[in-house]
Parts: sequence; structure tokens; C-alpha cells
Amino acid sequence: MTKAMIYILVAFVVTYAIRVLPLTLIRKPIKSRFIRSFLYYVPYVTLAVMTFPAVIEATGSVWSGLAAFAIGLITAWISGNLFVVALSSCAAVVVVELAIKYLL
Amino acid sequence: MDRSIPYAVYLRLWGDGYLMNKKLTFLNGCKMGIPIGLGYFAVAFSLGISAKNAGLTALEAGFASLLLNASAGEYALFTLIASGAGYIEVAIMELVANARYLLMSCALSQKLSPETKLPQRLMIGIAVTDEMFGASIARHDKVSHWYYFGMMAVAMPCWSLGTAMGVAVGSILPALAVSALSVSLYGMFLAVIVPEARRNLIVLGVVLVSFAASFLSTVIPFIKDIPNGTMIIILTVVISAVAALLFPIKDEEGECND
Repeated sequence: MTKAMIYILVAFVVTYAIRVLPLTLIRKPIKSRFIRSFLYYVPYVTLAVMTFPAVIEATGSVWSGLAAFAIGLITAWISGNLFVVALSSCAAVVVVELAIKYLL
Repeated sequence: MDRSIPYAVYLRLWGDGYLMNKKLTFLNGCKMGIPIGLGYFAVAFSLGISAKNAGLTALEAGFASLLLNASAGEYALFTLIASGAGYIEVAIMELVANARYLLMSCALSQKLSPETKLPQRLMIGIAVTDEMFGASIARHDKVSHWYYFGMMAVAMPCWSLGTAMGVAVGSILPALAVSALSVSLYGMFLAVIVPEARRNLIVLGVVLVSFAASFLSTVIPFIKDIPNGTMIIILTVVISAVAALLFPIKDEEGECND
């Protein structure tokens, strides 16, 4: 086994434990209204925090990142389809980066 | 669906088509897995480039992706391997970088159909990812393990193959393509949060506060030095807890029809 494989297995043990323990230990619906409310908000907060401002730094220029963010927000508001929103964001980056390269 | 019985009873009996048609539910999951898989392929591709820089072979990188299914966690792993870190450091880093999955798994445990058995939960646990979690949360009813397996069957090979191909041919892809592909992930995140924010004003407020707080955390001195993975956890816990205290949900939002 290579050294890289040992690293990968160490990472796997930790990552798998984090994911599988709540899934297997919490089998019944949670009664506490606070915890249920907390868990209801968690996905939206964590995805929002991960998206912004990271999306702006993900591309070759701040402007194309901003365009991807804006187009993503607009298409998600209108359609909500995962694939449409993701593709529109990618397209926004291509358009803005080409515009910066050839028009400015 | 049969309109002659109340919807609550229908859900109770069949859930997400659970007992009625496993195959259909699995195929529905596969369908959802296609956009997720395409996004994965793009992101995994750029991840493969950093795996290559860490000296991993395409096979090792593909294997890492098959087991880990975590963009931030894998990026951290490849960076640590490249810097010659110890195994303990890797373990601690994975704990920090992936701690948000602990919260997601807690939330997902409430979203899975209560009939889901232990072996099925053990399999789902391999692939609690931002996107498959998001897709599950976006559904209005309980999620059957067949639906989740369907997503996994399509999305996981894309993630793994994407990483392996990133190692093999990543460096020949033009910069513009890498740049465009790297936002697909964020587009998918927006597709999960925005529709709910549109329906629910409180969620809209919470999302705007999250954007603002996340932005501030990258510019305020000292706070901006906190590692990104840690900051995500801190902000998630604090904002969600405050929202839960100020605006506790009504029963139907919690999806707990017990």
C-alpha cells in the first residue's frame, strides 16, 4: 500500500464517522421544537455561507464571479432547476471573461 | 396518486412512492443525480489538478473521491499530502473541514423515511454531500433510501471519474473552461436555497444575513484569519440557532408528522 493510500484511508475513517453517526443514532423524529427549527435552518445557512463570497473568488476575475452569482440568483428565483441554474452561472462566467478579454 | 384517501394517510402508507414502486423511486433519484453528477464532474476535474500536484496517481485520486465525496475535505487532504503532513494532522483537518456534514447528517436523519434500516443508513452515510443533501431537503416529502441510492449511483461515479481525469488530463484544459466549471457548484447551492427563500420570508432574511455575515468574516481583521472550514461551522451554528430561537418553525416545516 502506498503512503497516499494510508492518508486516504485515515481521511475516510474520520469523514465517514462524521456522516454516519448522526444518521444511524438519530432514528426517531426529534421532539424538541428548538432543535427541529435549528435543523430546518441549517441547510440554508450553511449553503449560503459556502456560496458567498467564495463564488466571487472561484473564477479568473471578480467580475465574472459576480456575474455568476447574480445570474445564479436570478435563474434560481425564476426556475429553481438545479441544472438550469448551474449551467446559467457557467455561461455567465464564459460571457464576462470573454468580454473582458476581447472588448475591454 | 389516489385522491380518495387523505394526503397524510397516503404519505404514511407510501411516502415517496416507497412501498409502491422502488424502481420508480430509484429512477427518480437517478434523474436528480444527472445535474448533480455533471456539476461534480466539473468540480472534481479541478480537484484532480490539485491531486496531481500532490503527487497522486489518477487511480489513487479516483479512489480518494470514491471514498470521501467531499470537495473541501479532499482539497485539504491533497494539500496536506503535498506538504508532507502527519496522519494525525490529516485526521484533525478532515474533522474540521467536514464537520458541517455532522449538521447535515442530523438534518438528513429527520428527512429520511423512518423505515430506513441500518445497512441502508450505513450506505447513505458514504455520500452525505452538500448537493445530495440539498436535493433531499428540496423535496417536500420524506426521502426514501431508493431515491438516495439513485442519486448516488449517478453522481458518485461522475465525482470519482472526474477527479481521476483531472489528474490525467487536467493541465491541458483552457483556463476559461476551468473558471466556468468551478462556479457550477455554487449555482447548484443557489438552486437549493433561493426557491425556499422565495416561498418563506424568514428564510429569505436568514439567507441574506448569512451572505452578509460570511462576507464580513472574510474582511474583518483577525476573524478573516480563521480557517474557512471552521468559519462555515461557526456561522452555521450561530445563525441557525438565533433563527431557531427568534422564529421557531411551525410543525409542517419540520416535516415531522409523528
